[in-house]
Amino acid sequence: MSGVRVLVGTRKGAFVLTSDGKRQEWDISGPHFAGWEIYHVKGSPADPNRLYASQSSGWFGQMIQRSDDGGKTWNPVGNQFVYDGVPGTHMWYDGTQHPWEFKRVWHLEPSATDPDTVLAGVEDAALFRTTDGGASWHELPALRNHESGPRWQPGAGGMCLHTIIQDAKNPDRIVIAISAAGAFRTDDGGLSWKPINRGLTSKYIPDPNAEVGHCVHRIAMHPAHPNVLYMQKHWDVMRSDNAGDSWHKVSGNLPTDFGFPIDVHAHEPETIYVVPIKSDSEHFPLEGKLRVYRSKSGGNEWEPLTNGLPQGDCYVNVLRNAMAVDSLDSCGVYFGTTGGQVYASADAGDSWAPIVRDLPAVLSVEVQSLS
Amino acid sequence: MIRVVLPFHLRTIARVDGEVHLRVDGPTTQRTLIDALEARYPTLRGTIRDHVTQRRRPFLRFFACEQDLSLDPPDTPLPDAVANGEEPFLVVGAVAGG
Repeated sequence: MSGVRVLVGTRKGAFVLTSDGKRQEWDISGPHFAGWEIYHVKGSPADPNRLYASQSSGWFGQMIQRSDDGGKTWNPVGNQFVYDGVPGTHMWYDGTQHPWEFKRVWHLEPSATDPDTVLAGVEDAALFRTTDGGASWHELPALRNHESGPRWQPGAGGMCLHTIIQDAKNPDRIVIAISAAGAFRTDDGGLSWKPINRGLTSKYIPDPNAEVGHCVHRIAMHPAHPNVLYMQKHWDVMRSDNAGDSWHKVSGNLPTDFGFPIDVHAHEPETIYVVPIKSDSEHFPLEGKLRVYRSKSGGNEWEPLTNGLPQGDCYVNVLRNAMAVDSLDSCGVYFGTTGGQVYASADAGDSWAPIVRDLPAVLSVEVQSLS
Repeated sequence: MIRVVLPFHLRTIARVDGEVHLRVDGPTTQRTLIDALEARYPTLRGTIRDHVTQRRRPFLRFFACEQDLSLDPPDTPLPDAVANGEEPFLVVGAVAGG
């Protein structure tokens, strides 16, 4: 019997939601790490019982928690994230230079093949790796040391490395995204990086077509089509057909192309999902109607998905890490809101129902498909 | 034995209830006390003071004997009442946030 395990990070703890393949009845466990901000929880593709969680607090700093039994029990592992060498400076909000300072882990990306190997994207932006199950973390410093580093600038949420995409067929290729520096790619396992922002236009920065400085909110990729990347930028939904070497806009008929998450259907590489948000000044859905938009053509032509979602007086946001898809035969789609709801669709978005309604604000949603 | 009172979240991380009792060899200072605390509860490393700089995290304070010791140099001897266990050393989280 197949099933799913949805891993939810919130402002006040982590929750594990489990269901069978029908995805109608749910068991809820949590809060784990109650009272702590859980920016991300993700399972290992190589060992689904191995989970990693980023637990942080303004008072007590960063913890990394690891579970070896699918989230039933957890143990803290290494929490020392030290930049390699002298970390240098990046651009501050006012244009002055500011020292790189570690604040928290935004994203944990376990290896496709080794449960003990995980990449961590952190604020201030850098990429770390563990190869011993989280006991120790070491920076891949070439990214932060890129010559453009002093021109990277934090977005409103901090200068966070929030997206890590690995090409399973080519482990040396990794795509990452930083707010507000943009997207970068390595083709040599992290030894060198190049900005991949050509085609992005951001009217709010001095040079709208700059090599770096774009507020990329999220990037998604289908594993069968690793050269096709989809991006939700601050404004604009973008697509690349050459692994990020160039991008073109696919916002099409979206009612607004501001938003945070973007994801790809598990079995249809041209079917993608976004949640349009009114604007960067008003972080809630247009007209108080929570609508996921789906394109079955890789962008440009979009349809609203509303069945089961609130269509009035809804003023939540959906954050960048808070959408995921499962890989069951009928693809499930999940997202969490800042109002504490986690919605699930077991039919690729045609209909939705809340799994839970009253969690703390949801920061991240991941899903594991279990056999 | 030296008595240490941790805030709720650090008691959870260390998996302790109530006060922590520690033996500190040599002079009792903030540094030797926290060294002993971290040696006994390694999961607390990085939660009270920075891993590298060893400076107190900004939203934590140290109190004992009705004094705020937070700004004292880390090698200043703690009050005798702390060193001999009459009074606890308090690690306190700033009252802030939501």
